[in-house]
Amino acid sequence: MKVLVPVKRVIDYNVKVRVKPDKSGVDLANVKMSMNPFDEISVEEAVRMKEAGTATEVVVVSIGPQQAQETLRTALAMGADRGILIKTDVAVEPLAVAKLLAKVVAEESPELVLLGKQAIDDDSNQTGQMLAALLDWPQGTFAYKLEKDGDKLTVTREVDGGLQTVSLALPAIVTVDLRLNEPRYASLPNIMKAKKKEIVEKSPEDYGVDVSPRLTIVQVTEPPVRQGGEKVEDVATLVAKLKTAGAV
Amino acid sequence: MAVLVIAEHHHGGLSDATHKVVTAASKFGGDVDILVAGENAGAVAPEAAKVSGVRKVLKAEGETLRKQTAEAMEALVVPLMANYDAVFIAASTTGKNFAPRIAAKLDVMQLSEIVEVVDQSTFVRPIYAGNAIMTVKSADAKKVITVRGTAFPAAGNDGSASIEDVAAPSGPFKSEFVSEEMVKSDRPELTGAKRVVSGGRALGSSEKFQEFIIPLADKLGAAVGASRAAVDAGYAPNDYQVGQTGKIVAPELYIAIGISGAIQHLAGMKDSKIIVAINKDEEAPIFQVADYGLVADLFVAVPELTAAL
Repeated sequence: MKVLVPVKRVIDYNVKVRVKPDKSGVDLANVKMSMNPFDEISVEEAVRMKEAGTATEVVVVSIGPQQAQETLRTALAMGADRGILIKTDVAVEPLAVAKLLAKVVAEESPELVLLGKQAIDDDSNQTGQMLAALLDWPQGTFAYKLEKDGDKLTVTREVDGGLQTVSLALPAIVTVDLRLNEPRYASLPNIMKAKKKEIVEKSPEDYGVDVSPRLTIVQVTEPPVRQGGEKVEDVATLVAKLKTAGAV
Repeated sequence: MAVLVIAEHHHGGLSDATHKVVTAASKFGGDVDILVAGENAGAVAPEAAKVSGVRKVLKAEGETLRKQTAEAMEALVVPLMANYDAVFIAASTTGKNFAPRIAAKLDVMQLSEIVEVVDQSTFVRPIYAGNAIMTVKSADAKKVITVRGTAFPAAGNDGSASIEDVAAPSGPFKSEFVSEEMVKSDRPELTGAKRVVSGGRALGSSEKFQEFIIPLADKLGAAVGASRAAVDAGYAPNDYQVGQTGKIVAPELYIAIGISGAIQHLAGMKDSKIIVAINKDEEAPIFQVADYGLVADLFVAVPELTAAL
């Protein structure tokens, strides 16, 4: 089966973000960007499915500025077959991303779309579910384990309180959680090979999707700063402090 | 103006999260109705009717609503939204699963994990793992909102709403619930606990996690949490993970033991009232947010603390 894997270019997860002084957003100038960590997991899973013979082709797609091409190259170096870049300088919201992806699905006819459960920049956790709704496909969110069983997909999900297993009729949408796998590092030869793989460039207009935002940012501020705490000498002092504070 | 709250319930009981979501919904304004959907909704509806400030309870009982799967919830809620201006849903794994599906069907952007309702179109939510706080205005006609429970107090229990039946959607759907494997625990639920004791990688093994973290948690009547490193290493179950990708907690007391304090972990606990850190590395970032920090070997300090309480 063909697998479509959407990937997002986001601020690297190790970067300590800084809010712009004019409160218009987060400062992304000269900041290290990487593939969203959850998307690395979905690329890895798709490539493993290909290695196991379950997947025939892995197509990666990214929506964003020209630099999102680097994110696609990373995915290609991990083992994806080809890429689609939907180029736009607008910050595209999950609903518009889902609409664009629905068009890509119509064009590519994958049997499975594997997404990350959330992007670590907007922390929305919406795109996969929205895509499933637009396509009227079943969804397996927060996947911990994934198994193809004929024309069904068995997905074990991380839910509050434990694990839940669902069975989805293919085609289906799956969003991956952290523990599904350990993504590989791309080797130098594979990075070189990835440069030769095809990336098709498109625009939201090509798909006839309006990407203008529904949400307007009023302001972005720093979270309240915690009062600088104190170090205590020993356990007895700690207990005394906690008792005074009424915490124990 | 009317608002729908989707109740969260487990084992025939209404979860505390619902009370918190009702508080958020009442800040939106207008009449607040609760939808109780499930296989055993009949048992839960009377409890929902008691939540303060609720106009009526919609009860949708049926086998298709077992586990509130996304497709069934979409089929149930989307038609109901003709009568509502907004739907408020707890940002639990269940809510996060079905809410965006409803939003997409209504062709609106969802507002995820809000922590404040400013007015009927303006909401506040954390982004970048809680390292920035965004105020957004929604231009959509209807609002689909998930609520971070820890940001709102629970509504009271002095209501007396009427209960109305709503038909459960008929299946079958393209997805099917197969089974679940829940972590058995007598301890308070992590997201609602007043005290949380969390262990990190420094514990070194699941035996040590059991030996050092559990007795302290028991002594305090606390829920047990863990850092991602501890979960990944198999010291604690996935469900214990506190952080950006795990649970968000805001207890009165959070004790972080052998946890360095990575950005992603802090995202899940930095709104706790009092944070205590026990770590032998005095440079650990956790000390920058801890109200009380103890630089010590946890294998010595934790049993001492447990004994002293």
